[in-house]
Amino acid sequence: MKNKRLDLSYSQMKWETIFRRLLIFMGVVLVLIVVGILITLIKESIPSVKSSGFGYLWSKVWDPVQNIYGAYPFLIGTLLTSFIALLLSIPFSYAVSIYLGEYNPKGWLSNLLKNSIELIAAVPSIIYGFWGLFVLVPIIRQIETKIGVAPYGIGVLTASLVLAVMIIPYAASLGITLIRMVPSALKEGAYALGATRFEVIRSVVMPYTRTGLFAGVLLSLGRALGETMAVTMLIGNTPTLAHNFKDLIFGPSNTMASVIANEFTEADHEQYLSALVELGLVLFFVTVIINLIGKRIITRFTNN
Amino acid sequence: MDARIGIRNTKSMLFKGLIIFLAFLITLPLIVVLLYIIKQGVTQVNWHFLTHVPTPVGEPGGGIANALVGSLLMVGMASVVSIPVGILTGIYLSENPHTKLAYWSGLCVDVLQGVPSIVIGIVVYLWIVKPLGSFSAIAGSCALAIMMLPIVIRSTEQTLRLLPPSLKEAALSLGVPYHRVIIKVIVPCGFAGILSGIMLSVARIIGETAPLLFTALGNSYLSYAVTKPMESLPHVIYTYATSPYDDWHNLAWGASFILLMFVLILNITTKLITRKWNIQL
Amino acid sequence: MEHTVVSASKFNAWFGDNHVVKDVSIGIEKNQVIAVMGPSGCGKTTFLRCINRMHELIPGATAKGSLKLYDDEVYNMNPIYVRYKIGMVFQRPNPFPNLSIYDNVVAGYKLNGLKMAKADLDNIVEKSLTSAALWKEVKDSLHKKGTFLSGGQQQRLCIARAIAMEPEVILFDEPTSALDPISTSSVEQLFHELKENYTLIIVTHNMQQAARVSDKTAFFYLGELVEFDNTKQMFTAPSDIRTQNYITGRFS
Repeated sequence: MKNKRLDLSYSQMKWETIFRRLLIFMGVVLVLIVVGILITLIKESIPSVKSSGFGYLWSKVWDPVQNIYGAYPFLIGTLLTSFIALLLSIPFSYAVSIYLGEYNPKGWLSNLLKNSIELIAAVPSIIYGFWGLFVLVPIIRQIETKIGVAPYGIGVLTASLVLAVMIIPYAASLGITLIRMVPSALKEGAYALGATRFEVIRSVVMPYTRTGLFAGVLLSLGRALGETMAVTMLIGNTPTLAHNFKDLIFGPSNTMASVIANEFTEADHEQYLSALVELGLVLFFVTVIINLIGKRIITRFTNN
Repeated sequence: MDARIGIRNTKSMLFKGLIIFLAFLITLPLIVVLLYIIKQGVTQVNWHFLTHVPTPVGEPGGGIANALVGSLLMVGMASVVSIPVGILTGIYLSENPHTKLAYWSGLCVDVLQGVPSIVIGIVVYLWIVKPLGSFSAIAGSCALAIMMLPIVIRSTEQTLRLLPPSLKEAALSLGVPYHRVIIKVIVPCGFAGILSGIMLSVARIIGETAPLLFTALGNSYLSYAVTKPMESLPHVIYTYATSPYDDWHNLAWGASFILLMFVLILNITTKLITRKWNIQL
Repeated sequence: MEHTVVSASKFNAWFGDNHVVKDVSIGIEKNQVIAVMGPSGCGKTTFLRCINRMHELIPGATAKGSLKLYDDEVYNMNPIYVRYKIGMVFQRPNPFPNLSIYDNVVAGYKLNGLKMAKADLDNIVEKSLTSAALWKEVKDSLHKKGTFLSGGQQQRLCIARAIAMEPEVILFDEPTSALDPISTSSVEQLFHELKENYTLIIVTHNMQQAARVSDKTAFFYLGELVEFDNTKQMFTAPSDIRTQNYITGRFS
């Protein structure tokens, strides 16, 4: 019995070491995956960077047949859809954060609303795209006819509308948590001075959570910039940039993600493929930086 | 004075009204989308639909058996890799929070969470499809596995961090070796949290289209070959939704309904698990 | 006197640069109850955790010097084997929440993968629970989860769990500080019975408890072992002025 235990303890020690190394190995693998992604994107972008140089992001013509690649229209398309979506979503995500964080943090109604909002994020983007294409597009087309712009139906506005709904949960669920973290002593202090609920929210809750809520908006923005399927199906996919403001908002356009989705399998030569990979690289950097800033703000906020 | 208080109170009430209105208004699109998909899709779904492959334009019948098999196969393969790797990495992060490696791995999890899925698609194309010379189910599940990893890692890490350190000490003081402490005590105690993370990650990747576009591609025939292109639920929706034929649209509605049911069931079950075990993610 | 079970000479321990146990030398004899007391932060718990090598599990923790179990140097032994031989009971009761009472008692066997016959396990469970004065209370609910028990019962379950491994020494880290007075007295009662078969080392910040339960008392102050003597002697005529100050409440 005694010896059996002693023997066992030695074999256990061996396994313990193996297990600890396995855990470390897993940590390393994760770093390798991300570094690998970065290296691959950079390496495959090199041909495009060499031929297009810095003009890549500023030149306005994207013509794979002529081997001319300028990503400016897609850059504008991406920024435009994302920021319109963001502007549309902010009032809603703030309202949800305030309602579930401050007015009604507990109970079945609160849970139901919170779960519904999480469900918005759970529905696959392809389903939003499909629904948008068959339900929203005809409605938008009617509206466009009424207000006298070219009735495309599909376009920046349509994509932004759907995108706005899709990104609300990211800012909202963070906002709820943060607003619930506001110390009640602060709020009670203001109530004791005779402030109304609105005044407490405006002058205590919002200032206290401002940076955190901003981080939530950044996370939403990161989602919006990288969102592919719904946008691809709704934005109309045109490689040229509209010339007037009306067409810029209502007319078809293209985003970086939708160009990649549409053209990647058609890229029949090195240069073309590389130009698309470079789009991916730009997208990678932009979304990752926005996300990391957002996360950094959140950690700083929750640690204080 | 009284009038001013009255104005302030009215303002407060109006604000509350506005907040409630906006907060509930955003559930409207969700409800509209869900109901529309259910209405359009439920009539399409029957046994034939689930067990047959799509027919060419004009021929009646046809189903999504190829997409169903493909999705389950690719999600399954992705899970087989991602679940153990994700759990082990999550354990590493929760057990060694202050090491340099943990800092960098943690950062990488954040990065992976933020990478747009289409970019993952590009990378896996360059890693697997290009060298092998063919779109394949393996490439598809590899892309899905990368999408899945950060969710499994974070949920494991956060669940295990909530467990009291005394639990680990109790086991260690009995001479239980570290790996057995983790496998037999720590992981079972955090099981519900880890499981819900896994379910959420599956729900997430089963609807991912973008990373499959240039990896698994699609296939209008039933295929089990993992080195060949393979159809999937979201991809079949994309192809058929953007086609000009009504028959094909109907097929896509049916596929959307099935996909939505998968996602809803996974999400609701996860909610029930976390509520029962009282775990916060 | 009898055989010495645990002995330390010039033993030191650190947390990073923080020197928490300084040149401790002590000899602990078999079948005695040793109380280790001192103000908080004096290194008593760290010293206790060094004895079964739990100290080294904290990142940055190191130890140096000689610490022996009988004639074997603890720091040359396999840590897993050390922990088989030296059991430990913690400040807060910590039964495994995923295991039944029965499985909690034999957790040391099951979690280690030691294969045993069912009859042997039954035997161990009954014997250990009886020694921990818990058998009568739980014998009809052995397959309920251990976390359903009261705090005092949980702590006795943890003691049974340590006993089940048949250790030479059982370490107690402030075992009653999270318990109510009635549970405390039931655990203290147990110490008298347990010393028939085991050697007990009890860290406590409660002087009355040290006086009640121990044969010998060690007084730690700022990482040093100030005095180690028979409990009676220590509480009536301490030889060191610091011990006297502590006992009379000059500092705490």
